[in-house]
Amino acid sequence: MYPKQEVVAMLLAGGQGSRLGVLTQKLAKPAVPFGGKYRIIDFPLSNCVNSGIEAVGVLTQYQPLVLNEYIGSGQPWDLDSMNSGVRVLSPYQQVKGADWYSGTANAIYQNITYIDRYNPDYVVILSGDHIYKMDYSKMIAAHKENNADCTIAVIDVPLAEASRFGIMNTNPDGSIYEFEEKPAHPKSTNASMGIYVFSWDKLRKYLIEDEETEGSEHDFGKNILPKMLEDGQRMFAYQFQGYWKDVGTIDSLWESNMDLLDPNIPLDLNDESWKIYSRNPVVPPHYISSSAEVQNSLIADGCDISGSVDFSVLFNNVTVKQGAVVQDSIIMPGCVIEEGAVVQYAIVSENTVIGKNAVIGARPEDFEDKDNWGIAVIGDNLTIGAGAKVQPKAMISEDIEEVE
Amino acid sequence: MRGNNIMGIIFSNLHEDLISEITDRRTMGAVPFGGRYRLIDFPLSNMVNSGINKIGVLTKSNYQSLIDHLGTGKSWDLSRKHDGLFILPPFFNTSEYSNRLTTLNSIMPFLKNSSEEYVVISDCDTICNIDYQDVCSKHLENGADITLVYKRDQIPAKLHDPAVLSFDSRGKVIDVLINPDITGSCSFYMNMMLIKRELLMDLISKCISKNTLNFKRDIIQAEYQKLNVYGYEFKGFAPIMTSMGDYFNANMQLMKNEVRQDLFRGDRPIYTKVRDDMPTKYGLGSKVTNSLIANGCIIEGEVENCVLFKGVHIGKGTKVSNCVIMQDTKIGAKSNLSYVIVDKDVVIKDERTLVGFLSYPVYISKESVV
Repeated sequence: MYPKQEVVAMLLAGGQGSRLGVLTQKLAKPAVPFGGKYRIIDFPLSNCVNSGIEAVGVLTQYQPLVLNEYIGSGQPWDLDSMNSGVRVLSPYQQVKGADWYSGTANAIYQNITYIDRYNPDYVVILSGDHIYKMDYSKMIAAHKENNADCTIAVIDVPLAEASRFGIMNTNPDGSIYEFEEKPAHPKSTNASMGIYVFSWDKLRKYLIEDEETEGSEHDFGKNILPKMLEDGQRMFAYQFQGYWKDVGTIDSLWESNMDLLDPNIPLDLNDESWKIYSRNPVVPPHYISSSAEVQNSLIADGCDISGSVDFSVLFNNVTVKQGAVVQDSIIMPGCVIEEGAVVQYAIVSENTVIGKNAVIGARPEDFEDKDNWGIAVIGDNLTIGAGAKVQPKAMISEDIEEVE
Repeated sequence: MRGNNIMGIIFSNLHEDLISEITDRRTMGAVPFGGRYRLIDFPLSNMVNSGINKIGVLTKSNYQSLIDHLGTGKSWDLSRKHDGLFILPPFFNTSEYSNRLTTLNSIMPFLKNSSEEYVVISDCDTICNIDYQDVCSKHLENGADITLVYKRDQIPAKLHDPAVLSFDSRGKVIDVLINPDITGSCSFYMNMMLIKRELLMDLISKCISKNTLNFKRDIIQAEYQKLNVYGYEFKGFAPIMTSMGDYFNANMQLMKNEVRQDLFRGDRPIYTKVRDDMPTKYGLGSKVTNSLIANGCIIEGEVENCVLFKGVHIGKGTKVSNCVIMQDTKIGAKSNLSYVIVDKDVVIKDERTLVGFLSYPVYISKESVV
């Protein structure tokens, strides 16, 4: 018998994240490194723990090895309790056959047994591709106060951008009367953050019904929520204030990392009262040599810096040799930037070596073809030969030979 | 594969009088070092990296800080179902722990109940990365009863009762001089030994029964002619903390690439308790050279030749040079520090100036406000 948990969180971490290209070739999107020492999933996991949620199911499907290994027993997030904690839930074979998770709702449906054993009152549905700090307990309190069946977290977005989001149109009391998915002419600026609180008995019923509905895509946004609204269930929007960013694209991932360098952006990772936990590598502090110049940057343990680093995020064990320049870039663990190399507006994935005098990316002001400018992305475990040149917006997945 | 028939014993609080400022409120093992470590991390990690997974930590008094650091031993992978970490404070009164030999006597039950054939014994005041597997294979090759780890160097002036060893051509100890008058380089014992567990128990019982209670004199010096005692020379970086000057210099040595390569080897990492700090943030106008910096710092000023521990803040317009600044110390704006050792959780307000000297660094104690 498992002790009752008032709330169980289900974290959808199965997405491929194909828009991140080479960065998600070998790992699921929630496992993508972020912010100099974290992986994206550290944010929702830490939010759960800090909100007092003790049972978290992580639904994996695409390339789960790195993610599984990273989550492990859940100890770094204090999610390794005796009867609760984090559980990695992958699709499995059942008596009636084997299925992949065919949609977000189906993924939860296939794990009704997991949720049921905690006999929860509420289930929080989260996704593994957002960077934000949020107290879910406040949202759950609002859900209770409204006597709601479903509460959807929304964030106020600029009107110009509203047509990129799912928009919730609400009555003055916060109840939702209409959803619009990426509307051309948005009526409001309440964008859904993909964070839902459901009363479990209601959600359970709708999941089972949806599973039996032919032609359903078994998706929360497309099927479950519209059906609940149609049936007149009590659905409320919960206004979130603070930093929130979907890091599903190269540009947004880069921007969100850069946001950490901006003192005006309200995402303080040093806040003692709301720590973001992660698995810590066993490495010594970083060393800045006499020839180094470092400003406006985040630098993690184990780095060895002799070159110049500005407006960049360096993960653990990155080496920047003398005369190398790293600007406006994200360098993931274990990379080596050799002498004289210049890396600008780029994301370099793990353990890649940028050869001597190689040039990666360019500043927008130095690049004539503005339409084809973008962040250059280099895959993991590659060698970019000495003197090679990688254009802005390029996505590199193979070694590049040395250029004489 | 786990388990290699060796167990470890660590003395966590010997020679604290030599760096009494830092050990005022903690044991030697809990002395912070190198930006994110405590001294006990080095012997613990060395033992774990050598496949030792049963380690007893002897501690006499003032060990709150040490126990807080060690916890269940999880960070060193020593929180195990079988064996793992054993913290061994005195059972009844601290007089049992009055010296090395009586301390070992008081943990006889721990030694007796173990099944490992060998014991590695180490102190905490020498910082090094040593492979005890190699010590053990040399021990077996030599058919030794006891192997003493030594280094060839000048003896630090304040080292307590140094034991100077002489060897024959095969490395067998042929003479042991305690506290001799020697200038220049010699081979002196680093307070690390490998010995058969049963032999250790026999020697301790014998000494206790005769009331000869000096470990170096009554075991090493008294027995080297009767037993096969061999030396193992450790050639790597191994400073001994015999004064505040030594402590300061050892931190400063970490700026050398070869020292970091030797001490923080990728194949034998030094483990420590983790704290979830974000990476260090360098602000606009920060200027940092030749420094070792841990996660969680916020640097807006100038830093030169310093070791900064986790969570240190350096304010705008402040300049710190040749300093060791321990965790969570906050230094305000427009201050100037040179040759200062600042302990944990100190607050140094705006426009303060503190200057020491290379041979006499100023020390600011834990939780002070300047």
